[in-house]
Amino acid sequence: MNPEKVVFGFFILLALTLNVGFVFGDIDDAAHHHVWEFVAVFVVNAIATILKLGDRTQMGAVLLATSLVAMLQLVAASVLWTIAAHGTQAGLTPSVLASIVSLAAGAVVANVVSVVLLIIETVMLRR
Amino acid sequence: MDSIFFLVFRRMRAPLLALVVAYTLAVCGMVLIPGRDADGNLWRMDFFHAFYFVSFMSTTIGFGEIPREFSDAQRIWVTVCVYGTVIVWIYSIGSLIALLQDKTLQRAMEERRFGRRVRAIREPFYLVCGYGQTGNVLVRALTDRGQRAVVLDNDQERIDLLKLENLHEFVPALTADVRRPDNLLLAGLRDPRCAGVLALTSVNDVNLKVALAAKLMQPRATVICRADSHDVEANMASFGTDHIYDPFDTFALYFATALQAPCLTLLYDWLGNMHGGPLTEPIYPPAKGLWVVCGYGRFGKALYKHLADHDVELVVIEAYPERTGTPPGRWIEGPGTEAETLEQADIQRAVGLVAGTDNDATNLSIVMTALALNPGLFTVVRENNQLNEELFNAVGADILMHPSSIVANRIRALISAPLLMEFINYARHEDDAWACQVVSRVVAMVLDRTPEVWEVRIDAEEAYALLQLRGQGVVATLGDLLRDPRDRGLALPAIALMHRRENRRALLPNLSVRLREGDRILFCGRSGARSSMLWTLQNTHALTYVLFGSSPPRGLVWRWLMRLWGSDRRRAGHGGRGDS
Repeated sequence: MNPEKVVFGFFILLALTLNVGFVFGDIDDAAHHHVWEFVAVFVVNAIATILKLGDRTQMGAVLLATSLVAMLQLVAASVLWTIAAHGTQAGLTPSVLASIVSLAAGAVVANVVSVVLLIIETVMLRR
Repeated sequence: MDSIFFLVFRRMRAPLLALVVAYTLAVCGMVLIPGRDADGNLWRMDFFHAFYFVSFMSTTIGFGEIPREFSDAQRIWVTVCVYGTVIVWIYSIGSLIALLQDKTLQRAMEERRFGRRVRAIREPFYLVCGYGQTGNVLVRALTDRGQRAVVLDNDQERIDLLKLENLHEFVPALTADVRRPDNLLLAGLRDPRCAGVLALTSVNDVNLKVALAAKLMQPRATVICRADSHDVEANMASFGTDHIYDPFDTFALYFATALQAPCLTLLYDWLGNMHGGPLTEPIYPPAKGLWVVCGYGRFGKALYKHLADHDVELVVIEAYPERTGTPPGRWIEGPGTEAETLEQADIQRAVGLVAGTDNDATNLSIVMTALALNPGLFTVVRENNQLNEELFNAVGADILMHPSSIVANRIRALISAPLLMEFINYARHEDDAWACQVVSRVVAMVLDRTPEVWEVRIDAEEAYALLQLRGQGVVATLGDLLRDPRDRGLALPAIALMHRRENRRALLPNLSVRLREGDRILFCGRSGARSSMLWTLQNTHALTYVLFGSSPPRGLVWRWLMRLWGSDRRRAGHGGRGDS
């Protein structure tokens, strides 16, 4: 019963669940994608990435890589959202929302890989 | 490489986490807590403006309450956040700075940088272990000649001094214990461009370890060591160390030669020292009479052994005979610094004195006392520390012996002109009159500066033009090399000291000997003679001028034209020199 592993696994899985939750629904309907959930996805992914830093094993390196990919997608999505909502005349149009959600969907894939790797690591260790 | 990154990442985890959590709380709070806009309606911040505000709040920039003035509820939350986020930022930045200053990290980065610089060296280089007085002189000598060196030393101060020195080439240096093989490997021991390893520390065992490591891991490199214990020297020789220099033995042999052959010693001084200084005066240590030797340590023993062979009357003064042992002949116990002990040793009728202890103050005191008692004494004094140079120059001794510079000069001569050592060894068999002749020739040529000594090897790299013409059947002689390529009637101010062909050596060779591939010739001359000779060796036009008196046409067009006009004319003009 390793508290560090619990926290680690918790955040990785939470990142995936929140992410999938955000992406669900019509891709261009603003009512289906709330900004609060997006914020939660962003923050939890950031925490998960930070927790993965500093692991010297091969598995740790690949996990960090997947997290960085997810963060990249989410940062792109948040920049797009901010610029569309505050920097343009038209505001947040459905097409921009569609782009944001597709970027988040990409992050979902990265998170899935992350979780799969975590499962593999757990199964291999088998204690 | 990875270790540095991982170290940084690991240590930054806690600060980064704290930062993310603090920002999240602050931003979420700002978004949730309502404010009032200009008309009094409820207004909520969106995430973008909240993030914007929290950013400049937490980094203490503080533009103000943007975009609208805050309600009191918002202000309460901002107050809490200010303390939270600013402290978290300071903590993060502080951690990062402390991390960057971490000794382990710094050391890891320094080693990486050093390894990278060593790998970037594209020419043959020498690995110098030990940057004391010998290493200092040698590295300067090497870099002045354009050779690369890599330096390792245990003492951080010495490496810092090296970094401040104004050297001709860049010398990568690292503070490291040279006894550890991984440090030697980092410094490029296994690199195929490592031409030689010089073990110059002041501890014999460390030099031994370095020599061992070098011989095992890089058998092709030349290993040159300094040692002053006969056991260690024998040990080093047993596994094939290429050159071992014992400063005391070297000096003792030099001194013994000086007693018998002053001209040869003078020649050796001139040729062996750094080029460009003023010519030194000859020394004539008295060969007959009583010599007083103060100090029977390694130096005293070496000197005693060599002088005893030459029938010189010796008396030894030693302060600690229980530590050093006693000589077979006459000896007196005492420090030698006061008049009483010296008088006991008959200083009044002595012709020479050697102050050879390992303490500079003692040596200086001995010389001063002895000169007061017997002003006509020939004094030899040993200088241990370069820092006391001024004092030793002022005391007025006839020969100043500095162990480190002896080793350094030998090694320098070995590296720059290996034939010089052979020349000196062979010249020792000649009589002093021969040496005096050479000395007068050198003086006539260089006037008042020490001559430059260089070696020429007849091969494709150093004598390109020579071999090219030889391929066409034209043979050059040694005398041709000594002609000025600007005016073939004049001779270069240079003397051919030795000519070596395979295993046959000729001192002061005949100038009409024909040069063959693989020959090696040792020259000495005034500065500038070498570069002129390089023209003759490397440039076919200069060589043909020197050989025949006129150059063939350059370039394809002219040659074609010449062929068209008068090939017979050309052939007739170059009649004399042989096609063989």
